[in-house]
Amino acid sequence: MNLTLQVWRQKNAQSPGRFVTYQAADISPDMSFLEMLDVLNERLIQKGEDPIAFDHDCREGICGACGVVIDGTAHGPRRRTTTCQLHMRSFRDGDEVTLEPWRARAFPVIKDLIVDRSAFDRIIAAGGFVSAPIGSAPDGNAIPVRKENADLAFDAATCIGCGACVAACPNASASLFVAAKITHLGMLPQGQPERMERALSMVAQMDAEGFGSCTNHGECEAVCPKGIPVAFIARMNADFIKASLTKGRRVAQAGEATAG
Amino acid sequence: MTHALGFFRSTIGKKVVMAVTGLILFGFVLGHMIGNLQVYLGPEALNAYALWLRELLHGGGLWIARSVLLASVVLHIWSATSLTLESRAARPIAYRKWEPQASTYASRTMRWSGVILLAFVIYHLMHFTFGNAHPDFVEGDVYHNFVAGFRVLPVALFYIVANVLLGLHLRHGVWSMLRTLGLAHPRYMRFAQGGAALFAAVVVLGNVSFPIAVLAGIVP
Repeated sequence: MNLTLQVWRQKNAQSPGRFVTYQAADISPDMSFLEMLDVLNERLIQKGEDPIAFDHDCREGICGACGVVIDGTAHGPRRRTTTCQLHMRSFRDGDEVTLEPWRARAFPVIKDLIVDRSAFDRIIAAGGFVSAPIGSAPDGNAIPVRKENADLAFDAATCIGCGACVAACPNASASLFVAAKITHLGMLPQGQPERMERALSMVAQMDAEGFGSCTNHGECEAVCPKGIPVAFIARMNADFIKASLTKGRRVAQAGEATAG
Repeated sequence: MTHALGFFRSTIGKKVVMAVTGLILFGFVLGHMIGNLQVYLGPEALNAYALWLRELLHGGGLWIARSVLLASVVLHIWSATSLTLESRAARPIAYRKWEPQASTYASRTMRWSGVILLAFVIYHLMHFTFGNAHPDFVEGDVYHNFVAGFRVLPVALFYIVANVLLGLHLRHGVWSMLRTLGLAHPRYMRFAQGGAALFAAVVVLGNVSFPIAVLAGIVP
């Protein structure tokens, strides 16, 4: 099959980008989208041109490295599918396809279709962890967890941090990502001691990174390759509101009220 | 105090302000519509209702309501403006191509419907409360002002368009408020969304019936 690609080319974060048209000829419908780009890049290299830079790692849909806005949809036309698991049979011969990077101020373009998602790492560092003591693995049933809560925690933990939620959100909000991390830890007993501080710290970091706010469009859930439900954002909001309302009490309990 | 300010500076805190003030405004638009339904009972009923509102709590009730509503409107606009500017700044370069997957017309036009509704509310106050935008305003004769006001066709059409926009605003706003406040269990979400659509439909149908009833001669 033959396709016409409109690809965003940008040398680095400082320089302005532009769309460049490429012909992807003799593409097998069994190729993945990234393999199609590999073939195109080999031809570009043979012609002495600069290949198109794109992020990828495992190519089996579980690492969260890849991600391109394909024809106006993050990760392309197939639902619950990362860009690497999208195959060319999802397109028709002769299609014109537009490729753009995730567009958000918090995700500056490094080159072409690669963006810097360190903002997500800083949000995780702000509170997306449990301060559990290091030691041997605990006994499987030492801490009972309700089946429903375990399932919800697992659903949230499937987030691979690809950033498609930010890319698809009309507000470039990272709410779904942060909500997934807060729900993942908040549904488990190990996450309880730091639950309130986690909500405050992670939301504060999310805001500081310059992401937009949630207006409940639901675009994030639609493009999420792991199908993280947008309802988790309500859990994040509930935790954040509760944490804000009870902050004074926790400060008093810590004895900081008299010290400060 | 610093932590309270921190809450209102956060995106979620501003959304909570939007949701709570929105809830107050939902209550108002519903009550306003239901109160005005008394126009169908004739001039005496409507004018007596208007007088009752004016004399409630020795005249204080009206001003308490007005103060709460004004504060709600100001805070609602403040949070909306602040969040909109932040969201605009969050995506400096727009997509060349963007296909909506899940968002609705109502959700995508919240900012536009909000701005147009503000203009409508200002006009509405000048039309029926202050009377300076009314062709034949008689202080205290609400029924007369109502009928004379809606006999002007462009005005009646503007009211109908503004109320359809109000319906879209409520359609997204009512259930969106619940999720913002953290009340969004998936099991009840469809009831919340259905309830929002029903609430919006009831308010719009009630309000739109007024200019239509006057133009059709049902309310003489």
